[in-house]
Amino acid sequence: MKKSYQNLEVNLTNNMRKVIHRKLSTNFLRLSLVVLLAFTSALSAQEGDPAKGKSLFNANCAACHKLDKKMTGPALRNVEARLAEEEGLDRDWLYAWIRNSAGVIKSGDAYANKIYNEYGGAAMTAFPQLSDEDISNILAYTAAEPPAPPASVPGTEVASQSNASGGISNELILGALAILFILLAAGLYLVNKTLRRFATAQGLDLPESSGRTPLWKTFVQNQFLMIVVSIFFLLASAYFIYGYLSQIGVDQGYQPVQPIHYSHKIHAGDNGIDCKYCHSSARVSKHSGIPSLNVCMNCHKSIYEVAPETATEEYSKEFYDGEIKKLYEAVGWDDAEQKYTGETKPVKWVRIHNLPDFAYFNHSQHVTVAGVECQTCHGPVEEMEVMYQHAPLTMGWCINCHRETKVDVKGNAYYEKIHEELSKKYGVDELTAAQMGGLECGKCHY
Amino acid sequence: MKSLIKILAIAVILVSVSCKKDTAPNYQFMPNMYESVGYETYGEAAFPNGIEAQVPAEGSIPRGFVPFDIENSTAGYDLAKATLKSPLAPAIPLTADISEEERNANEYRVDYEKAGPLYTIYCAICHGVKGDGKGKLVQREKILGIPSYADAGRAINEGSIYHTIYYGKNAMGSYANQLNEEERWQVVAYVLKLKADLEK
Repeated sequence: MKKSYQNLEVNLTNNMRKVIHRKLSTNFLRLSLVVLLAFTSALSAQEGDPAKGKSLFNANCAACHKLDKKMTGPALRNVEARLAEEEGLDRDWLYAWIRNSAGVIKSGDAYANKIYNEYGGAAMTAFPQLSDEDISNILAYTAAEPPAPPASVPGTEVASQSNASGGISNELILGALAILFILLAAGLYLVNKTLRRFATAQGLDLPESSGRTPLWKTFVQNQFLMIVVSIFFLLASAYFIYGYLSQIGVDQGYQPVQPIHYSHKIHAGDNGIDCKYCHSSARVSKHSGIPSLNVCMNCHKSIYEVAPETATEEYSKEFYDGEIKKLYEAVGWDDAEQKYTGETKPVKWVRIHNLPDFAYFNHSQHVTVAGVECQTCHGPVEEMEVMYQHAPLTMGWCINCHRETKVDVKGNAYYEKIHEELSKKYGVDELTAAQMGGLECGKCHY
Repeated sequence: MKSLIKILAIAVILVSVSCKKDTAPNYQFMPNMYESVGYETYGEAAFPNGIEAQVPAEGSIPRGFVPFDIENSTAGYDLAKATLKSPLAPAIPLTADISEEERNANEYRVDYEKAGPLYTIYCAICHGVKGDGKGKLVQREKILGIPSYADAGRAINEGSIYHTIYYGKNAMGSYANQLNEEERWQVVAYVLKLKADLEK
């Protein structure tokens, strides 16, 4: 059976190449496919096309079924063979079940009712639109040999090995250089010492320091130079002290280690998930909101491991998979049984952006009313593997933005009159946030 | 020998500076002005489980909140599909000949300009901008098997869409805490619009 399928595949690819080569019409391709199928059907009846089956499976079944893992529904690898062996059910039963599972359950079929109850009464959607051929294709996909584990892919292995060895060798070279440097320094010192000993042994006079006043003494004795230097020194220290004092309480660049390594780069950058998907309260409340873990589970119920290409040199696939395990543990999700255990433990995220208690800031006012992009204040979050504070969040920084930002007053009939008056008062076409009172102390400090 | 010591000293300073990481917050001038006396959102608190975010007492409901009576089960789904109707008034086409006052009279009205962005944030990432089940996560093969809204076997309607948003279905999670009741019904209206467009 397997051999015939392999032959089929070889024939198919050969044939396809020929077809492309000869630029034959698609009709001919279909015809040849049919001929091929007819040809191989003598060996294995109703053999489907696993490639087509894969796309059908991904489009229709993958929401609830995986090949090797229980999900909303059971794992489907070799489902036809397993059903035939264990339950004695043939393909016709599968046709009936897939097209109308509710009907099969109602008809009192023993196995149908058993599986329905086993999965907590989750009814399988009916797929009346799938033809016999479609279902054969899907079954052929589920019966196909699993792909070899990625470790045996020669290209990636070589690449990862060379990466790893590159990292090690770099460190080795640096270490060797450091040791060499220390040896050289020690060698020079020893040579110097020995030479001096030889010199004294041979009765040579070593040059002694001359009787002239040393340079630093002359410098200290010169009053003008001393005054200039001390003024310079005072100014410089004032500059640095001022700089030091004004950065106290400013956490720009603060990048704490979080209990779960959540990569904004993967989620918001590569996968393009909207900020407000997780931080949904930024739309409607003062606080941007840290998503509760059920929001994570919206996707991570299905995504239990990262794709191999997600791993980087710094963070391996095992590392990322481990972080998803941490999520499962915190939210109490049993991945094998596909259900919640009810044992949760809160994740102690470390807060990064934190305004002092005496300053009021409201997210919804900025996000929903003003329509400010999150990135304006939070920086390129979609590129941050580890989140950090981009903006200084100082008062000067707030005020600056309020002075520069033009307010969009269009389509706001309720305030039309007051906007007109303000425009007249300041003699401008477009009002800034500052001109609408965005600089008043009481707006943020009360 | 002296220069060697200097070089070493500079090297040590450079190394110590370059290894500095901002993993700890900065000093504050007067912490009692910076840190709130009251509990901060998501902060720690003197409750038995040590966290500020407490679950409300059982049976308490927010003001204006109407409990959703239909239960989270296949039977509940069927019941919602058969009986649940949207409380929002249908959208007024922009071309309709009515006064501004009439247009703004009923605020609980389907508003595709409100619903569209919500759909884009919460649904389009999997279900696709057109509702054809080809969102970005599906294209990148992170999540598979998202059905099109026009799927004949499911035949979704407003009640079943609302039930699914509220409780989730199969691999889809609940969106009840990201969207409030009105927003959910807005999204339902938008999904129906996409479904109609797909079936054209």
